[in-house]
Amino acid sequence: METNQTTLHQGRVPIYPRSVSGRYRTIKYIVLLVAYGTYFLLPWFRWERENGPDQTVLLNIIERRFYIFDLTVYAQDIFWLAGFLIIAAFLLFFVTGIAGRVFCGYFCFQTLWTDVFLLIEHIVQGERNARMKLANSAWSMKKVLLMSLTWLLWLLVAFWTGLSFTLYWDDAYNLIYQFFTGAAPFPAYATTLFLTLTTFVMAGLAREQVCTYMCPYARFQGAMFDEDTLIVSYDEPRGERSCGRCKPDKGNKQQQARVEQDIGDCIDCGYCVQVCPVGIDIRNGMQYQCVSCALCIDACNTIMKAINYPTGLIRYTSQRQLSGEKNRVFKLKNIGYGFALLIVTTLLSWSILHRTTTELRIQQIRQPLYVHLSDGSIQNRYMVKVFNKRDEEMSYKLTLQQRPGFSWEFSPSSQLTLPASKSAEIQLVVRADNPQKDGADQSVTVYMTYTENGIEKEISATSSFYFPTQGD
Amino acid sequence: MSKDKQKQTVQTTGHAWDGDIQEFNNPLPNWWLWGFYLTVIFAVIYWVLFPAWPVGDGYTKGIANEIEYTTRDGKVVKTHWNTRALLQKDLMEARAQQQKFIEELNQSTAEEILKDPAKRAFAFSVAKVLFADNCAACHQAGGAGLAGKYPSLADDDWIWGGKYEHIEHSIREGRNGNMPGFAARLTGQQIDDLCEYVVSLSGEDKENTKVASGKALFSGEGGCVACHTSEATGNIAIGSANLTDHIWTVANINDQMSHAEKKQAIASVIQKGIARKMPAWKNRFSDTEIKMLALYVHELGGGM
Repeated sequence: METNQTTLHQGRVPIYPRSVSGRYRTIKYIVLLVAYGTYFLLPWFRWERENGPDQTVLLNIIERRFYIFDLTVYAQDIFWLAGFLIIAAFLLFFVTGIAGRVFCGYFCFQTLWTDVFLLIEHIVQGERNARMKLANSAWSMKKVLLMSLTWLLWLLVAFWTGLSFTLYWDDAYNLIYQFFTGAAPFPAYATTLFLTLTTFVMAGLAREQVCTYMCPYARFQGAMFDEDTLIVSYDEPRGERSCGRCKPDKGNKQQQARVEQDIGDCIDCGYCVQVCPVGIDIRNGMQYQCVSCALCIDACNTIMKAINYPTGLIRYTSQRQLSGEKNRVFKLKNIGYGFALLIVTTLLSWSILHRTTTELRIQQIRQPLYVHLSDGSIQNRYMVKVFNKRDEEMSYKLTLQQRPGFSWEFSPSSQLTLPASKSAEIQLVVRADNPQKDGADQSVTVYMTYTENGIEKEISATSSFYFPTQGD
Repeated sequence: MSKDKQKQTVQTTGHAWDGDIQEFNNPLPNWWLWGFYLTVIFAVIYWVLFPAWPVGDGYTKGIANEIEYTTRDGKVVKTHWNTRALLQKDLMEARAQQQKFIEELNQSTAEEILKDPAKRAFAFSVAKVLFADNCAACHQAGGAGLAGKYPSLADDDWIWGGKYEHIEHSIREGRNGNMPGFAARLTGQQIDDLCEYVVSLSGEDKENTKVASGKALFSGEGGCVACHTSEATGNIAIGSANLTDHIWTVANINDQMSHAEKKQAIASVIQKGIARKMPAWKNRFSDTEIKMLALYVHELGGGM
């Protein structure tokens, strides 16, 4: 059998985490509820818009427009995505530096979905012992039934996860109808299938291996840790004392007796190991597999309360606190990350709050760069693009600054009316006397005036005018 | 269970050579094997459904994979699955989508198309591609032209006329630009005088006596007026160039050239003459395509 082979790949040791309740488990369930509630329900809620679809969040690729509540993101605003990602990265660094793998333990979708899959496994097959027994038992009718029920429920969650993702990219009610009548576009089926499979494999089969072997974040987080970073840790001096841990016996049931005999407070019940979703023993110290889910804290505290010992044998602490000093939060690294986070957040908020409702662009047509005309003058052509990002029809007037020797013409017209959320291209032809005057300003600036909310506004866009150079 | 997996005992194939040489048994990982079996199953299904095996002169066509489409000439083609037919089918479907726009354009005048932003955008985007595929080989990108060879379409000088109907006619029927060479009929001195006059027409500095003699030749012995008209402004009906403006359609002249260089370039044209030909496109373009192209070309140079 394979169990006797030496292979380069270490086979997975199945983990059957035992359930536990406590403070951190409760927090994790709340996070799970909020995250699932948001992810699965958001596309179904409607949102009144004067112009555009009435879906709360709709990412429309074809129209190149993202509708997010009252915010409409156009293709040219895509740098907001960069801003958002930078914020996410700095937030991650900031939080990880102070509080360790908070993201891994509470918010990462791998953790959330694995949690739900484990819950299903628990409901169908029972507690840890029952699951282990079932897994090790020979195939029977009961085993086949329970296993297939588990997999079926997993598949359902995975499928609904994949389908929910696709609902963000089109009208949810319409798409779901199309989806089940076979009329949905191919990418909807492909995306749903792909995400169903990955969800099923990652959350159902691979689980902690994703964090241990696949996730890059788990690998580079070490760079963000220092001695002040919060870690889930076993209080070894208290747990072991000089004589080590031991199971409660006649003479050492009370904590007082243990202190006197120099026996550790850890009663070696193994609950902290049984609840661990990555299958480690936290008492062996900090390990790279630990995602800081804090379930061992809940487990240990449950036991400590039951036997009337003080809680906190396993707790959130730091290397510095463990060595008896006070934690330092205000230090250059944390302040730096916090400051960077603040700056990027401010910039992005400012950019979103001050987003323009009208855009004007000018681009020179460079083929050919310039043209000799019959009267000896030089002509340049430009494409002027006007975006109306408001929810109403707008009228615009285009003009150029008067300059001696220059004349121009907008085609088809210098006045235009644009319906809500539309753009238009207007050709601009500029002619200038040749030869150019020495030191003449060679820029071309288009001014556009319009009335917005009763206020007259003017915006401009600048390009260059090219004259032939010597030898042309 | 976990202890079993980590046991470092090694399995061998069980055979010993020369008494003590044994071979480790390292079977392929199961995930790999199953992946391989799946590809085998996939291949067999593929053979059945898609064209796969050569048989004699032909090949197996696969079952239940018929593609049906209508060609441009209205022929209905039914064939087994193949990527060429798929492309044809996609193209025909895209063409059908375009058809309603094309029909709208068919029924609109040039002015109407330009006024309607949607029609204008459609016409220009189609024409831009047509121009790049068919016209830009000679007239260059953006209609810049090639000095001395292919006229620029981006300037405001239209040898054959710059109205929509002129441009449409040029594209549909093609153009033949001919000017006889005068090397045999005129002496070097006469040609030099003529050049002097032609340069002066564009407002260049002039040598009065030679200009006068050149002017006499232009309307007299040279016979230039027959085509270029007595005002030397050309005639779009026969495609004779306007010699009074700043645009040189054949002689490769620019502002930085000296007087002598300019004369040299013009003399060469007078001596050798011109034979330029633009082919007719009526057999290659539909009427609507010609209409869209004319709009596009008109816009390139601002038309007339």
